[in-house]
Amino acid sequence: MDIGAYSFGDTQRNPDGSLGSTAQAISNLFEAIKHADASGLDYFGIGEHHTTTMPASSPGALISAAAAATKHITLGSAASIISTDDPVRIYQQFATADIISGGGRVEITAGRGSSVETFPLFGFDLQDYDELYEQKLDLLMSINDSASENITWSGTTRPALAHLAVVPRPAQNKLPIWLATGGNAASSARAGRLGLPVSYGIIGGAPHRFAPLAELYRKSGAAAGHALQTLKVSVAALGLVAPSTKEAVERFYPGWYNLNIEMGRLRGWPKPDKRAFDAQAAAPGAYYVGSPDEIAERIVHLHGYLGHMRHFLQSDIGGLPQEHFLESITLLATEVKPRVERLLAQK
Amino acid sequence: MNTLEGARLAPQATIGILGAGRVGTAIARLALAAGYRVKLATSKPAEENSLIIEIVTPGAEAVDASEAAAADLVIVAIPLHKFKDLDSHALSGKIVVDAMNYWSATDGEIPDFVNTALTSSEVVAAFLSASHVLKSFNHIGYHEMEPDALPAATGERRALAIAGDNSAAKTVLRGFIEHIGFDAVDAGDLAAGRHFEPGSEIFNGRFNASELNGLLHAVRLSN
Repeated sequence: MDIGAYSFGDTQRNPDGSLGSTAQAISNLFEAIKHADASGLDYFGIGEHHTTTMPASSPGALISAAAAATKHITLGSAASIISTDDPVRIYQQFATADIISGGGRVEITAGRGSSVETFPLFGFDLQDYDELYEQKLDLLMSINDSASENITWSGTTRPALAHLAVVPRPAQNKLPIWLATGGNAASSARAGRLGLPVSYGIIGGAPHRFAPLAELYRKSGAAAGHALQTLKVSVAALGLVAPSTKEAVERFYPGWYNLNIEMGRLRGWPKPDKRAFDAQAAAPGAYYVGSPDEIAERIVHLHGYLGHMRHFLQSDIGGLPQEHFLESITLLATEVKPRVERLLAQK
Repeated sequence: MNTLEGARLAPQATIGILGAGRVGTAIARLALAAGYRVKLATSKPAEENSLIIEIVTPGAEAVDASEAAAADLVIVAIPLHKFKDLDSHALSGKIVVDAMNYWSATDGEIPDFVNTALTSSEVVAAFLSASHVLKSFNHIGYHEMEPDALPAATGERRALAIAGDNSAAKTVLRGFIEHIGFDAVDAGDLAAGRHFEPGSEIFNGRFNASELNGLLHAVRLSN
């Protein structure tokens, strides 16, 4: 089981409550990735997010830098909003990063994004939401599956490619391309049909309720003729690890509160409710907030339902102090992972 | 148009659900658990959905949209920007429950819903002009539906609001909602659906019937 982290960047809060700089947020994130690699964490996912409080807008650039500054960790987007980007450019950036990583450490996770900021930002029309996603995923896969640099593709959402070179090719034969979904059944079926590994973003409710989706994914994949071992599942969730569960809750709650205040302002939500937080933060809720023992047990419990091969947490939200972020990464790599492996071996 | 007078759903009535997303499949599972026959459809042909429906909503039938539209009660849970893909002819005379929301902060702006004083369900109802359009299920999160559903005898269970212009249709929907695990509260005509659209206190909370009645009473007084 891979254990990892992911981040959209986390702009720090000044003592007076005002926002720190987005540049500092990226510096902190870069530091966290290097720390994760040094600690032995398996995976780090980055962005794509386009808000002042979560400014990791450019996973390709950050992953290239991280690829040069790390040795072992797998780096991926979490996720690349392919609908509003150019798959050619995404592929080139990630293939470049893969080469810099030494080969085999860079992945793309393709998603739609949970919000719509990128549509006005890059000049796309929300009415084309589905068409953009489908075609751009198709192009991204066509490039990846191509036997040569020269790509031929046509569609309605970007100019056609007539035997044009898309370079470089990655150092590994193909880049792993994951499909990100928040739990829509059709997306799981699609990932299975395409034979792509699927990444579930579970941000609320009980994660084990995703079990039928993982079953649907595997059955759809098998029906389309894909080998079971290529049909991989990963889980992205909110969470923070601290020496004790009490400390983890105390460290994570203020950032969760800040994030919900901000989202509430945009979306008309009420003031965040500590009871709602507590319900999600304890098993079988969606937030993996706790001690290494507790989090390892909960990951293994979920594994019984989903059979996932990677579990990664977003911790740095709402101005989480960097030291708590780094300690959570350390604990994930050095305390949670060995426990997860021990528990899985006992099953 | 069929008459709705004195109508209640038979225990084995058929529920048609348009949309197999998170909302549609959650309502489908609740309806199946309550003993209804459930027909689920999307914009795709039935056979393309059969595996999804077999695994995610076991017991429901994957059908084409026209067959789901012929059910005793039809629930619409598709992305709102696709509402004009609904077959208004097939839905004519039917009770159609709009479980959708116009929520521009998450879903972006949709031209039909931007420059209008109408609620989103009234815009949908204007398109489905020969249907009895009701608004409900929009103010409960899809991941809350199954955990919050409780048998009637439980007492203090969660309540869902119903807005609509046809009181007989509302009676039918009330019977359905009560049978699948919630109390139902009549919020008034379809325009009154604004009181539980995104941004409202009702949309953001979890209330029993007396609390929901109280909130609806309070917003009516303040208008």
